[in-house]
Amino acid sequence: MSQVIARADADSMPSVTTERGERAVFCGLTSIIWLHRRIQDAFFLVVGSRTCAHLLQSAAGVMIFAEPRFATAILGERDLAGMADCHEELDRVVSELLERRPDIRRLFLVGSCPSEVIKLDLANAATRLQGVHENRLRISAFSGSGIETTFTQGEDQCLASMVPDLPAAPEESQRLMVVGTIADIIEDQFRRHFAQLGITDVDFFPAARADNLPSVGPGTRVILAQPYVSDTVSALVKRGAKLISAPYPLGIEGTLAWFQAAAAEWGHSPESVQEALAIPIARAQKSLAKARESLQGRTLHFLPDSQLELPLARFLRDECGMSLIEVATPFLDQTLMAEELKRLGSEVSIVEGSDLDSALARVRASRPDLTVCGMGIANPLEAEGLRTKWSIELIFTPIQGFDQVADLAGLFARPLTRERQLEVGSWS
Amino acid sequence: MELTLWTYEGPPHVGAIRVAASMREVHLVLHAPQGDTYADLLFTMIEREGRRPPVTWTTFQARDLGSSTAEMVIETLQGACERYQPQVLLVAESCTGELIQDQPGALAKGAGLSAPVIPIEMAAYTRKENWGASETFYQLVRGLLAGQVPKPGEERAPRAPDQAPSVNILGPTKLGFRCRDDVVEVRRLLESMGVRVNVVAPLDATPRDLLRIPEADANINLAPEVSDLTCEWLRRQFKQPTISTVPLGWGATRDFIAEVIETLGLDIDADTVGESRLPWYSRSVDSTYLTGKRVFIFADGTHALAAARMARDEMGFEVVGLGTYSRERARDVRALASEYGLEALITDDYLAVERAVTELQPELVLGTQMERHIAKRLGIPCAVISTPAHVQDYPARYSPQMGFEGTNVIFDTWVHPLIMGLEEHLLTMFRDDFEFNDDAVPSHLGGEGGGAQQTDNVTPMTPAEPGAVAWAVSAEKELRKIPFFVRGKARRNTEHFAQEQGLSVIDVETLYEAKAHFSR
Repeated sequence: MSQVIARADADSMPSVTTERGERAVFCGLTSIIWLHRRIQDAFFLVVGSRTCAHLLQSAAGVMIFAEPRFATAILGERDLAGMADCHEELDRVVSELLERRPDIRRLFLVGSCPSEVIKLDLANAATRLQGVHENRLRISAFSGSGIETTFTQGEDQCLASMVPDLPAAPEESQRLMVVGTIADIIEDQFRRHFAQLGITDVDFFPAARADNLPSVGPGTRVILAQPYVSDTVSALVKRGAKLISAPYPLGIEGTLAWFQAAAAEWGHSPESVQEALAIPIARAQKSLAKARESLQGRTLHFLPDSQLELPLARFLRDECGMSLIEVATPFLDQTLMAEELKRLGSEVSIVEGSDLDSALARVRASRPDLTVCGMGIANPLEAEGLRTKWSIELIFTPIQGFDQVADLAGLFARPLTRERQLEVGSWS
Repeated sequence: MELTLWTYEGPPHVGAIRVAASMREVHLVLHAPQGDTYADLLFTMIEREGRRPPVTWTTFQARDLGSSTAEMVIETLQGACERYQPQVLLVAESCTGELIQDQPGALAKGAGLSAPVIPIEMAAYTRKENWGASETFYQLVRGLLAGQVPKPGEERAPRAPDQAPSVNILGPTKLGFRCRDDVVEVRRLLESMGVRVNVVAPLDATPRDLLRIPEADANINLAPEVSDLTCEWLRRQFKQPTISTVPLGWGATRDFIAEVIETLGLDIDADTVGESRLPWYSRSVDSTYLTGKRVFIFADGTHALAAARMARDEMGFEVVGLGTYSRERARDVRALASEYGLEALITDDYLAVERAVTELQPELVLGTQMERHIAKRLGIPCAVISTPAHVQDYPARYSPQMGFEGTNVIFDTWVHPLIMGLEEHLLTMFRDDFEFNDDAVPSHLGGEGGGAQQTDNVTPMTPAEPGAVAWAVSAEKELRKIPFFVRGKARRNTEHFAQEQGLSVIDVETLYEAKAHFSR
């Protein structure tokens, strides 16, 4: 079930094959797990089935320690048979929830596969509920359903749903907006680097507090910290923002090029940026050396999962010396990936979409030194003697920026180091 | 619509996957949207399975709706049959699959597949995981054995005198609590009684094995949540008696042995079968400190019932709370609770369980991973006795819960989180010693369990609500002298007492009057 798409600029760009078939990926609801850690006064109410609730707790795993800021309103047979009015039921559940959690400043109603299929209009419900609860908190809706979103795309839908709420920025002021969830520690580092470049008008979206919304307008320059925010970018561009084309801030080269692209909008030359950031760059180079030893010359296969595959592949090849067998990604946004595609070049074969069994057959045939894959597949591949890195960790761990370069490489090096160290049993 | 933070059970199709993943030569096709494949990680991560569950998913998306989802079902069925060549193909839907009404079961029957097909209706919006496992196992057994059912009135041929008595062990599955080791233990017990195990299912069975079920003299209903329905059907259709005692605990294991002897007409002395260390460990002097420890129990039906009996009769605890999330077992649990003078907590609302634990302030919680977290937050010792469980409850070592070895394992598991007898006395004797103070958690408890700080988090030093009683400094000081593991209870009791007496300030006298009042 695959076809090669002919490309006009086939000479310098990777070849892209699309595949259709079984997809072993999370749905967009999974994004709630990192979004609710990032936006600390927001609550995510999934309107869905027991499967949705079960997915969230299985993927969130040990995060059960505190009462989470997410929950599921489970649809029952009465709701589906029309015996209960879904909107009345939802109003009741929301009131119950707000009573329990008076600290919540923003409520997201999150659509799921069942709510989409029965065409439950959550945007409408959000507007109605906003009327009821007026100034207490802001209520909006987005879809994290598996039929519409894959894994990280849930965050895209969430952010896009907030764009209409962003205040308008005054025409004349030029501000930078960094889009995509990153850890607080990365935000602080990036702010320091921008300050070193004399850029202080910087907003992060989403911010740690939901009511701390950045303004947007023709002066807004958008740069992406995460690659999976296509719809958010479109919505911001519609409000006058301009997208800065850049690679992603993964690895030293990616991070440097990212700062250079942003700083160019403030009239800084690439050389001046490199000079201003010389200290963290040198530190990163030093820190990367050890992990590179483990990774150099090893082969790598990406199964489609997080949409971080392209920038990660670029980093692991160019800065860690790995060789790429296949880079698969669930979706490829040619615009948002333009700089990464250019850097990857024509040697790389990219697969968009998924046909699980044939992808696994290719992995078994080429037996890469390391396979990056979803959590459900990792142990079965290990049992076949193949080393793996499960990719959800790449979303939860701070990996962007200069000072995380060694941590990022370390995530991939650890399985290989472990293989060398263990003198017990046999991997195959 | 029901507001849910955490769930005790997954949806019914996860139960179907548990049955398929437990067996060999079975494949399950699930009509489900992209994302439902998360269920794989329950097996490969939590239970560290080295193979993916034998499930192929249609993983449809919005663009497929309305046009091609039925085609996807057929393509997926054909692909799965070709690739995996199963002896039996199960076909089911997840919750969203059910809504789009493609009837994958009917599609499969008409698709000319090479494997026999058993469709399963999942009732995703009314039922849950254990029901799904039970229904799948039942449909599978019924589907395979329907052709062998004896005619009405036909009597079961008696066992030939030269043939060893035999049983089937029905119910154990992947992701069940310690099923792997329980099967080994129960098999060992039965074999020591001269009983042959004919078929174990679903765990490690093939469909061909299921065809041999009628050959055994009886069925052991080892995991009633999963195997009740199947055992009952076999009893009615094949006149195979059901051995329904679950050998969880010393008394229950002895009852189980007696039931096996009785059902199979064996000529052996029950007292000669097996040996447990639990009775002696429980009677040894160090265990005196276990007497009357207040225990809260919440688990699936089978484990909750067994734990209550063990806790009271075999450990000498006081059961102060008993409940289950298995609504199918509500009646049994209610009956036992009322025998213990309690009202059973039948709920799948994790917050209701948390409220109950907070209110009761037990000294030990026996529960699932949810209760582990509740207990941890409240600073109460806890042992996990039932699913849902986490990766650490699928241990590398042999640790059955059933049979006599199971009683040994459980004794250790329940006692370990508590402060041991001698240590309790030492703590009281040396409470003012600088190294042996309240904040030093007993060595074997590591970071979990007791500790003054956790306890104090639960009961704030200064009660905030209006109308609450205040503590005089002297009384507060006296309270600090009480060992930290009972201090929470002492504080709570004293405040209750003061409120009842209409006192506004608690002094040292109040503290001791309350102590006398509650030790009546």
